[in-house]
Amino acid sequence: MINVNALEFYYQKSGFHLNVPELIVEKREKVAVIGSSGSGKTTLLNLIAGIFTPNAGMIRVGDVSINDLNDSRRRDYRITHMGFVFQDFELLDYLNVLDNILHPYRITGALKLDKSVKKRAVLLAEEMGIGDKLKRKANDLSQGEKQRAAICRALLPQPELILADEATGNLDPDNKNRIMDLLFRSIEDHGATLLAVTHDHELLKRFDRVIDFKDFGC
Amino acid sequence: MLDSFYIAWKYVSYNKIKTATLVACITLITFLPFSLELLLNESERQLMSRAVHTPLIVGAKGSSLDLVMNTLYFGEDLPELITMAASDRIADTDLALPIPMYVRFKARGNPIVGITLDYFDFRGLKIAQGRQLAVLGECVVGEKVAESLALKPGDSLVSSPESLFDLAGIYPLKMKVVGVLEKSHTSDDLAVFVDLKTAWVIQGLGHGHQDVTKIEDTTLILKRTESNVSATAKLFHYTEITEKNMASFHFHGNLSAYPISALIALPYDTKSGTILRGRYLSKEETQQIVKPEEVIAGLLQNIFRIKNVLDAVIAVVALATVLAVILVFALSLRLRQREIQTIFKIGCSRMTIVKLMAAEIMIIVLASAVLCSVMIFAVQNISHELVRMLFIR
Repeated sequence: MINVNALEFYYQKSGFHLNVPELIVEKREKVAVIGSSGSGKTTLLNLIAGIFTPNAGMIRVGDVSINDLNDSRRRDYRITHMGFVFQDFELLDYLNVLDNILHPYRITGALKLDKSVKKRAVLLAEEMGIGDKLKRKANDLSQGEKQRAAICRALLPQPELILADEATGNLDPDNKNRIMDLLFRSIEDHGATLLAVTHDHELLKRFDRVIDFKDFGC
Repeated sequence: MLDSFYIAWKYVSYNKIKTATLVACITLITFLPFSLELLLNESERQLMSRAVHTPLIVGAKGSSLDLVMNTLYFGEDLPELITMAASDRIADTDLALPIPMYVRFKARGNPIVGITLDYFDFRGLKIAQGRQLAVLGECVVGEKVAESLALKPGDSLVSSPESLFDLAGIYPLKMKVVGVLEKSHTSDDLAVFVDLKTAWVIQGLGHGHQDVTKIEDTTLILKRTESNVSATAKLFHYTEITEKNMASFHFHGNLSAYPISALIALPYDTKSGTILRGRYLSKEETQQIVKPEEVIAGLLQNIFRIKNVLDAVIAVVALATVLAVILVFALSLRLRQREIQTIFKIGCSRMTIVKLMAAEIMIIVLASAVLCSVMIFAVQNISHELVRMLFIR
């Protein structure tokens, strides 16, 4: 699913340098990425998503070489093939839960919003246990509920790849396990691949594989 | 674009106070110059339409504006009074028809306009209910006066004393309403018309009282000679003119010395008008003759000069408002940086952000435009009354 080869990325001003000689993630695999703070875990996710452009090397997601796409096609590819789950959920306060879940469909022409999508969003929310909170504003939800809504938003376009950046970092232990259960189950149900950055070593046993940034010399 | 509007609508409706403030700022700054323009145009129309239809006005020397405003719009500032001799003087010239007017008193807040019947012909005023003035003590009211005071022919209307402390001065006169005028959309709608003599009765120059030659109560008689009887202040004066007491009403002295506030002169032709104007040019002349159109044009010139200053002030305020609105959007953009980053990460372009912001601005501008239009429409509907209230009365 993901094939990274001889990847190099650096910020000249700060001296930050990321070097990933090789990284392969198979389809439907659930992989955790660990490493010390500032080692470049989030940067790697952004490079795979095509938000950043590498200075050297190659990134392939599925059959597509991300760094060969132009800006517009990279965005379209990202929104249709990848789902993002953030540590701070990044829901919009002024939208209700359903509108937050449907948000990717409203900000791009690459996804088409129709009745079947809305129906799927409702079903997804019900699966995540927030089916009764669809009309509530994001601010009125608990932390756990917010992350469930964010996962629904990431999964709704039925992406092949989910990129999770510290998805449980802001949750209490109970919520953390419940959210991970839901995330793993949804990913399995949807046949997606998961690449998750985490600091939480308790969660590592749930993943198929763990990549430690130390192995890249970072 | 519809989705951008949907999200923008959600944003502006969620941030109600910010949106309301922006809409209020834009609405007010747009409404202000438009409404001012509207009111000034309406005031120009109202002031000019009556002025151009009034050829000449004669009055005492002094403020020509007070004279014109009092004669045309029955304004509150009373010009220096002249006498009926001024009317006789014009009649004697055979150059113009004089229409004397005495605009001084009020009845329940409405001006009492003492005129001769020529005034109704000159203004083209028609009786909608009842009849024309016929005898002393009668009045004909304008359409708005009838409506606001619920008056109809047969009712009574009492004149107001000029001052509450003037106990020995002007007594209120109970007038009989004999007619209601058709609506004319002019100051005449707001006036109570009486015959000049009735106006003089209100002033006390003409009066009716008990017949002093027949009374036996000695306390009422101050001095009695063969040819003259002087009565005391105890003598009963009539405050209403009825059929029974009408004969007792009389005027002392020469009527040509009786006061009027102005007179409208209707020249028989242009040449007569020019000659007549020439006769009032002497330095020793105690009266002035003015062309209302010129006086009102001068007033409007001043008003528009002030409007130009106001326009400049409004332009500066508008510029400041636009800058403030830009600042609000710029700050809002900065505050929403995180939201924008998230949208970018999910996969939208910069153009989407531009569209979202544009949609927000359009919603706010549209809301302001709608609100402004409603307010301007409201002002337009009441501009006639508003102008009368602000500029004329």
